[in-house]
Amino acid sequence: MAITENIIGTLPDERGHFGPYGGLFVSETLMEPLEELRAAYNHYMADENFLKELDEDLANYVGRPSPIYHARRWSEQLGGAQIYLKREDLNHTGAHKVNNTVGQALLARHMGKRRIIAETGAGQHGVASATVAARLGLECVVYMGAVDIIRQEANVYRMRLLGAEVRAVESGSKTLKDALNEAMRDWVTNVDNTFYIIGTVAGPHPYPAMVRDFQSIIGREARTQMLHQAGRQPDALVACVGGGSNAIGLFYPYLDDQAVAIYGVEAAGNGLETGQHAAPLCAGKPGVLHGNRTYLMEDADGQIIETHSISAGLDYPGVGPEHAWLKDSGRANYVAVTDDQALAAFHDLTRIEGIIPALESSHALAYASQLATTMRPDQIILVNLSGRGDKDMHTVAAREGIHL
Amino acid sequence: MSLISRKFAHLKAQGKKALIPFITAGDPIPEITVDLMHDLVAAGADLIELGVPFSDPMADGPVIQRASERALEYHVSLRDVLDMVSQFRQLDIETPVILMGYLNPIEVMGYEHFADRAADAGVDGLLIVDIPPEEGEELQRIFKAQSIDQIFLVAPTSTPDRIQRICDVSGGFVYYVSVKGVTGANHLDLSSMEHKLAEIRSRTDLPVGVGFGIKDAQTAAAVSRLADAVVVGSALVSRIEALADEPEKIGASLREVISSMRQAMDKVD
Repeated sequence: MAITENIIGTLPDERGHFGPYGGLFVSETLMEPLEELRAAYNHYMADENFLKELDEDLANYVGRPSPIYHARRWSEQLGGAQIYLKREDLNHTGAHKVNNTVGQALLARHMGKRRIIAETGAGQHGVASATVAARLGLECVVYMGAVDIIRQEANVYRMRLLGAEVRAVESGSKTLKDALNEAMRDWVTNVDNTFYIIGTVAGPHPYPAMVRDFQSIIGREARTQMLHQAGRQPDALVACVGGGSNAIGLFYPYLDDQAVAIYGVEAAGNGLETGQHAAPLCAGKPGVLHGNRTYLMEDADGQIIETHSISAGLDYPGVGPEHAWLKDSGRANYVAVTDDQALAAFHDLTRIEGIIPALESSHALAYASQLATTMRPDQIILVNLSGRGDKDMHTVAAREGIHL
Repeated sequence: MSLISRKFAHLKAQGKKALIPFITAGDPIPEITVDLMHDLVAAGADLIELGVPFSDPMADGPVIQRASERALEYHVSLRDVLDMVSQFRQLDIETPVILMGYLNPIEVMGYEHFADRAADAGVDGLLIVDIPPEEGEELQRIFKAQSIDQIFLVAPTSTPDRIQRICDVSGGFVYYVSVKGVTGANHLDLSSMEHKLAEIRSRTDLPVGVGFGIKDAQTAAAVSRLADAVVVGSALVSRIEALADEPEKIGASLREVISSMRQAMDKVD
């Protein structure tokens, strides 16, 4: 398929379509609230006072801009391209998720909604939502799969400390997708006073576009920082893709630079060939789930199947519709790395650079390390280090037979 | 005229309102679904809404979610549901059957192929919860070609413009969701319902059904004063759930609740 020359600013269309993907596939009760959200979002994104408030929050509360770090020792050992890291792990709350929750919570306050709900997988989006709710004095309920609650105990406790109520979701596979279903059910019931902060670039329009716009600060900063630090833009971008919000945040401002190759890295879990993975773009097919059309992991009857990844934040059977479009258009490449490969990268970065990455981000690092060896030392790869690994201590230790 | 429209016309001539029970196909075991459909008709149901199991029923409450989960343990697929309708049609060609479900299983089967098979099986109407009129133009054309009525929801949050748009594309009847919430919700507001039904009736001549939150004979009767049809789902599915280990008793239990609703509705003048 031909690559569109100028992508930025053209997608989605007014009803939220990225080519055949995206859209608004929800029950009638949510159509009007989504229209209200779309209108409010368009209004405030053109409102100077709102944007000023958002910028101030991002600077003084989140700690932006996040630095870019040249991982010299790791690059040298790999013997290929230079690897630079966009340090989203240094944001307040430890991941890129807060870029979006700060924006959506501000929007909620301006819309007069006093109650925030969110879904969470690894707990990072839940923590980021509970954080901004605490700061703005909003009630906050976070839905989390019962399986994930066990995997991410520490984040559950953080959310509770922040004053949020964490509700365990016992239906279906008891992971992120079920938490999303449950949050939607809450929203449909309490739509008058409730703002639903979706944590990724999925869901019905306007969420994929709105979350992308809030996360695009990552790529906008990177463009300026790379010029300053390396004198030029990178040859390749690499980011992990679950729902895909950190990835689109880095990719979007670069979409029109055809010289910059783009790689999204999905979770291959135990290996794509085993069927136990979370890689809808690499091994799924298009369908409709959670309000949008996109690539899904599904069986021959159209039922959504359970996914597997060592990383709770990537353990999702769908993916943002813009990624589906970027895949089909050929503008971005989507690849997958296994649990074991991600863990190896986790250890490498920790030991060689003194940075403990989140298991999600470790997938991006693993692919970048493979890619680097195919490139020259004067070339540059920019990896989005989307979160820090403190939350994953238990998972990694347990994998090595150590009980903390 | 479709079977659904004929049914409503016939009821209207008799001064009666339609009673539409919902059960999930394959719940709790696939073998009894067709028998249960016949039981419902024998007890006084006018149309039947048959749920197509889906792994992620976002618009449903816990009761109907669990019904989907029970059916999916037996891998009940959209194909299986169509087979059940064919089997039902061997003994009953009068009672309209409406499938209710989510879009993804239909996408996977392919719109055209599904519409052909549904028409062959004897499906009269289709209610796809997660496809608003805006996203469904292609489907609407295909169903129309097969004379399958596509039923759309109107919600308490629907604006007058949206109600008009929905009425314009609806077939069979218009389905008013009586509460903001998921199926099985617990707070029926009759006065706001009355207001909204008047709004719908000012825009269409189609019959108007009401569902979500109808628990018992009393609420069914109250709603039937205002609406042309009463849809009852979670109240039946709860009974199925309670008897999931004794499926032979489910038919009698459903007959009991449907006939009590029928009687209460028919007493309403």
